[in-house]
Amino acid sequence: MEEKKLAIIATKGTLDWAYPPFILASTAAALGYEVQIFFTFYGLQLVKKDLNLKVSSLGNPGMPMPMAMDKWFPVAFQALPGMESMMTSMMKKKMKDKGVASLEELRELSAEAEVKMVACQMTVDLFDMNPADFIDDLEFGGAATFFEFAGDADITMYI
Amino acid sequence: MADFDQELDASGLNCPLPILRAKKAIAGLESGQVLRIIATDPGSVKDFEAFAKQTGNELMESGEEDGKFVFMMKKA
Repeated sequence: MEEKKLAIIATKGTLDWAYPPFILASTAAALGYEVQIFFTFYGLQLVKKDLNLKVSSLGNPGMPMPMAMDKWFPVAFQALPGMESMMTSMMKKKMKDKGVASLEELRELSAEAEVKMVACQMTVDLFDMNPADFIDDLEFGGAATFFEFAGDADITMYI
Repeated sequence: MADFDQELDASGLNCPLPILRAKKAIAGLESGQVLRIIATDPGSVKDFEAFAKQTGNELMESGEEDGKFVFMMKKA
């Protein structure tokens, strides 16, 4: 069987949106795909050594909340200090209870399966990020680096 | 139940962990050896079919036992 290729661009840095790139990358690798993820803008939060990702229902009316809070909780309430941390810990607990892998685990499994991870150099410069804060084995490159791989990928997705 | 060479209990794990754990376990087997997988994720029924189809490993059996899903996967 000829090896298929999957190219992913990860652009989002919240806990919920961090899952699709790593779930798809690790699964594709298990199915025999060669995978590369290009992390850009807020997506770079996903390749920090210390993952401190949050989730918020603000601006996201589709997020299910316990006790139908989304139905009676005023949106302004969701902006109160501490709400983001509360929602993040509730989400993490829910995930753990349901046997959903932690992001750290999925990222580790992706790396083990030789998923290649590339960080957008421009974003690193733009936000004055410290290269030492990122995981090892991360490569740095630009749009042309992405196309070198994506150009002959079977599937390319933007997340 | 047919013979198997190794067993993987993926009970309580959710997508995509059962597939990822199975992939790892199969990597350690010889061609022709059989892995028995136990899972509770209902999505794994369809997923192990898809996994077999795409990796060439043979899904010999797929069924339910004591409320859990049980699969027999033969390494290609």
